[in-house]
Amino acid sequence: MKETDIKTLLYAHFLCIFSVILSVLIPSFFVENFSVLDTHLTWLCVCSLFVTAINLVLYLVSKPNASSKRSSLSHKVTRFLKCCIYFLVSCFIFHVIFVLYGAPLIELVLETFLFAVILSTFTTVPCLCLLGPNLKAWLRVFSKNGVTSIWENSLQITTISSFLGAWLGAFPIPLDWERPWQVWPISCTLGATFGYVAGLVISPLWIYWNRKQLTYKNN
Amino acid sequence: MRLGSGAFAASCVAIEVLGVAIFLRGFFPASVRSSSRTGHQAEPPAPEPLAGANSNWTKLPLPLFSKAVIVLIDALRDDFVFGSKGARYMPFTTYLMGKGPSHSFVAEAKPPTVTMPRIKALMTGSLPGFVDVIRNLNSPALLEDNVIRQAKAAGKRMIFYGDETWLKLFPKHFVEYDGTTSFFVSDYTEVDNNVTRHLEKVLKRGDWDMLILHYLGLDHIGHVSGPDSPLIGHKLREMDSILMKIYTALLTKERETLSPNLLVLCGDHGMSETGSHGAASAEEVRTPLVLISSAFERKPGDIRYPTQVQQTDLAATLAIGLGLPIPKDSIGSLLFPVVERRPMREQLRFLHLNAVQLSRLLQENVPSYEKDPGFEQFMMAERLHGNWVRLHLEEDHSGALFNLGTKVARQYLGALRTLSLALSMHVAQYDVYSMAVGTIIVLEALTLLLLSTPQVLHRRAELEVPLSPAMFSLLFYLMFLILSAIHVVVCTSVESSCYLCSLPWLAAGGVMVLVSALLCVIASALARMVMDSTLPWKSAARPCSGWSEVGLLLLLGTVGHVLSLGASSFVEEEHQTWYFLVNTLCLALSQETCRSYFLKDDSELQHRFHTQPGTVGATCIQQDCVACEAPKAGQAGKGPCPSGALRGHTHWAVLAGPWLVLAFCRLLRSLNHTGVQGAHRPDFGHWLTSSSHKMELSCLAALSLLMIFILVQRECSLMSKVALALGLVGIFCYRAAIGNLLFPWQPANKGISKGILEARFVYVFVLGILFTGTKDLLKSQVIAADFKVTTVGLWELYSGLVLLAALLLRPHNLPVLAFSLLIQTIMTKFIWKPLKHNVAEITVMHYWFGQAFFYFQ
Repeated sequence: MKETDIKTLLYAHFLCIFSVILSVLIPSFFVENFSVLDTHLTWLCVCSLFVTAINLVLYLVSKPNASSKRSSLSHKVTRFLKCCIYFLVSCFIFHVIFVLYGAPLIELVLETFLFAVILSTFTTVPCLCLLGPNLKAWLRVFSKNGVTSIWENSLQITTISSFLGAWLGAFPIPLDWERPWQVWPISCTLGATFGYVAGLVISPLWIYWNRKQLTYKNN
Repeated sequence: MRLGSGAFAASCVAIEVLGVAIFLRGFFPASVRSSSRTGHQAEPPAPEPLAGANSNWTKLPLPLFSKAVIVLIDALRDDFVFGSKGARYMPFTTYLMGKGPSHSFVAEAKPPTVTMPRIKALMTGSLPGFVDVIRNLNSPALLEDNVIRQAKAAGKRMIFYGDETWLKLFPKHFVEYDGTTSFFVSDYTEVDNNVTRHLEKVLKRGDWDMLILHYLGLDHIGHVSGPDSPLIGHKLREMDSILMKIYTALLTKERETLSPNLLVLCGDHGMSETGSHGAASAEEVRTPLVLISSAFERKPGDIRYPTQVQQTDLAATLAIGLGLPIPKDSIGSLLFPVVERRPMREQLRFLHLNAVQLSRLLQENVPSYEKDPGFEQFMMAERLHGNWVRLHLEEDHSGALFNLGTKVARQYLGALRTLSLALSMHVAQYDVYSMAVGTIIVLEALTLLLLSTPQVLHRRAELEVPLSPAMFSLLFYLMFLILSAIHVVVCTSVESSCYLCSLPWLAAGGVMVLVSALLCVIASALARMVMDSTLPWKSAARPCSGWSEVGLLLLLGTVGHVLSLGASSFVEEEHQTWYFLVNTLCLALSQETCRSYFLKDDSELQHRFHTQPGTVGATCIQQDCVACEAPKAGQAGKGPCPSGALRGHTHWAVLAGPWLVLAFCRLLRSLNHTGVQGAHRPDFGHWLTSSSHKMELSCLAALSLLMIFILVQRECSLMSKVALALGLVGIFCYRAAIGNLLFPWQPANKGISKGILEARFVYVFVLGILFTGTKDLLKSQVIAADFKVTTVGLWELYSGLVLLAALLLRPHNLPVLAFSLLIQTIMTKFIWKPLKHNVAEITVMHYWFGQAFFYFQ
C-alpha cells in the first residue's frame, strides 16, 4: 500500500462530499423555494442522483478492480442490469426494514421509499461500483478480516457510518421538541447523509493513521 | 473475609436499599405536624385579644350554618363546572353561581392528585406527602386532627354515602353510611345510583347536621374513556339534577328552622387529557369549589372569574362555618367571602382564630419563627385587633371604627396568606443532608458491586471482600472522625428539620461507620485491582476475545436507555426507545445468524477447495460459484435461503427467526398506541374493544388462548396440562361473563354478571398448578433424583404464572401474551441455542423483550 493510494482515495471522497454539497446548492437555481427541509423529497432525489453519478464516474475513471476477464458487451450489459436489479431489491428491503421498525405502512409510502433509495445510494451503490453484483464478495468485505484493499476498507467504514447515522437519526422523531426536521423521514435522511459524509471524511484519515497495521492479503 | 457471590450481592443490595431509604426520607419530607397529637380533649380556644383587659369572648363562636351538605365529585375538573361544559351540562349550578347566593373558587389541589390524600387534605387542611400514595388502597384510619373528628366531638350527627375510603379514614364517625367501591372502574352508573338512592329519604328526614356524598362515577368515566367522552355530559347532567334536589330540599328546611344551611360542591382532583390523574398538570390540579348558602349575598349578573384558592382552605372554612375548632395541622386560611356578611367583630374573631392556629403550627415546626414575615404580620394584626375591640367595647360605633376594622381584617388576611405559604413551603423543603448521605451510600455500594463484577464472572462463585483490613486501617478511623464532625456541625447549624439529626446518636453513628467502612473497602479493592493488573502485566497476553456485536449492542443499549431516562422527552416516549432497541437487536441477531451460517459455509467451502489444488480459497471472486449462491447478508439482508441440499429446515428457521420476531413486534406495536403523543391516536386495540367488533375480539382471544396452551403445555405433567386447559377455558368464560367476549353458542347473553365465580375457578387452577410445581421442585430437592423433575416443576410454576397473566390481561391484549410466548420459543430454539449465547446475554435480551412487551400491552 502506498501513500498515493490514500491520496487518490481522499480525492475521490472529496468528490463525493462535493456532490452532496452540490445537491444542496444547485437545485435552488432551477426550483423555486428550494430548501432541504421544505422540499425534502426533491432534495432526496437530486442528492441520490448526484451521488450515484459521481460514484459511476469515479468507477469509470479509476476502475478499482479491473480484473474482469470476460469483457464482452453482452456481459457488460447483463452486469449493468444485474446492478440495477440489486439496487432496486436493496431499496425494497430497506423499505421493509423501515416499516418493521415502525414507519407507517400505508401513509407516507413515497417518503419511506425515497429514504430507502437514498440509503441504498449511500451504501449499495458504492458496493455495486466497487465489488460488482457479486454477493460472495460483499459477504467477504463485510465479515471480519475480509478486506483486501483500502478501497474496501473505506467502503466498510462509509457504509457502517451511513447506517449508524440513519439509526441515530431516528431517535429525535418521537420527542416533543416540535422542530420541522423531526418529521419522518427527514431526521433519518439527514442522519444518513451526515453519517455518509462523516464516513467519507473519517475513512481516509483512519486508514492513514493505521497504515502500519493494515496488511492486506493480496497487496 | 470471604463471601459467596450470592451473599455479597444480597448485602450490596441491602446496603443500596438502606441508602435509597435515607435518600427518600430526605426527598419526601414529613408533613407539617402539630406536636400535641394526643389532644383529644379540646384545648380552650384562643380568647379574643383585647388591649388592656380580658375579653368576654373566650368561647368558640356559634356555628354560621345549621346543616352542611358536601357533594364531592371525584375527578371534577374546573372546566366541567366553570367552562363551556359546565354551562351546557350543569345549567342549575351555573345559574346558582351567576345569580344565586354562592361563592365559587378554583381550588388548587397539591400533587399527588389521588383520592385518599385529597380527602385528607380537604378534611385536615394539611398536605399529605407522596408517601401517602402507597397507602391509597389500604388507607388506615386518619389519626390527624380533622373536621370530621371535631364534628363528632361536638356531637354533630353525620351521614356519609359514597367512596368507602372515607369509611376507612373515619371509622365509627358516621351515624349512617353506605360505602361504594372504586374497584370496578368500568361501572359508572351503579356506583352513583348507590349514593343517590338514599338521598330522597335523608333529605326528607333532617335529623342530621352534616351530609357527605362522594360520587365516583365521573372518575370512572375519565379512566375508561377520557375527559372528552360523551358520557361526561350525561354524568354532569345527573350531578346537576342531584345538586338541584339537595338545594331545594335545604331551602324548604330553612323555611322551617330559619337558620341558613351550607351546600358545598367540590372535586378532589382533576383529570388529565387522557383521563388519568396523579400528577401535577394544570388539568389535574384545578378543581372547582362552590359554596352555596342563603346566608351569602346574591350577586345578580355578576359573573366573575372564580378566584384561585388552595384546597386545604376548605377545612378551616368548614370548621368555622360549623362552629368547630380548626384542625390543628391545617395550613389553610379561611375563605373570607364566607363570613363577609357577619358583623365586624365576628369576622375579626374568625380571622384571629385561624391566624392563631396557623402561627402555633409555625411555632412548632419552624425554629426561627419569630423572623417569619407572616408571624410578624400576625403580631401586628393581633395588636390592632386588641385596640379595635377596646374601642368597640367603648361603644364607639362610628364609621372610623368600621374603617379601622376593615384594615385589621386586611392585615389578618395578609398574615394568613403569608403564614399559609410559609407552612406549605416548609412542607416542600428537601432535607439535603439526608439526601447527600443516601446518595453517597448508594454510590459506594454501586462502585463496590461494579468493582467486584469481573472477579465474580471470572473466578469461582466466591470472592474476597477486604473487610477486616479495611476496618482496622487508619483511613477508616480518620473518615469516621471526619464524618462525625461533619454530622455534629451540620446538625447544630442547620435551621430546618433534618431526619438524620433527629435520629438517636447511635443510629447516626452506625450510618457514619457504614459510609466510612464502604469507602475503605472500595479503596482497598481498588488498590488490589491495581496491584493485580501491574504484577502480571506481561503474562496477561490473553487471546483477544473482545465483544461480539450483539454483546456490545446489549451493553450500549442498556446504558443508553438509562441515560435517556435523564430527559423528560425520552421518558414520555420510553416505549419508542424500547421498540427501537428491540428491533435493532433483532437485526443484529439476524446479522449474527447469517454470519455464523455463511462463515460456517465458507469454512466448509474452504475445506473443500483446499482439497482441490489451484484454488485461492475464499478470497477468489468467481462468477460461476453457482452452488453457493448466497444471499447478501452483508447489511443484514434478508436471506432467500440457499438451495443446498445438505441443510435441513432448521437452518431456514434460524435465518428467518429474527425476521419473524421483527414482524411480530411490528404487528403488536400497532395494537396499542401509548405515550404522550401516541395515546390518543386510534389503534387496533380500540377497534377491537369497540362494541361492534365483539365477534372478532372473541375469535382473537380464543385463538390466543389456544396458542398459549400449545406453547406452554409442552413440558408439564399431564395433570397440570389438564388444569391449564381448564383454566384457559375458565378465562374465556370469565371474559364472556363480564361481557367483554361472546360465546359462539350463546349469541344473546342475558345480563352481565360480575363473573366472580369464573374468576375464582381460574384462581383455583392457578393455585393448583403452582402447588404441583412447588411440590415437584421440593421433591427434586429432597430426593435429588433426576433433572427432569426439576424441569417439570419449573415449567409448571411458569405455566401457572402464565395462566394468571392471561386472567389479568384485558382480552384484546391476550395476543400480546401469546406472541411473547411464541417469540420466546423462537428465540430459545432457533437463536440462543444454535448461536450459543451466554446466560448474561440471554438475561439482558429477556429484559429488553420484557420491557417492549410491557409497552405493547
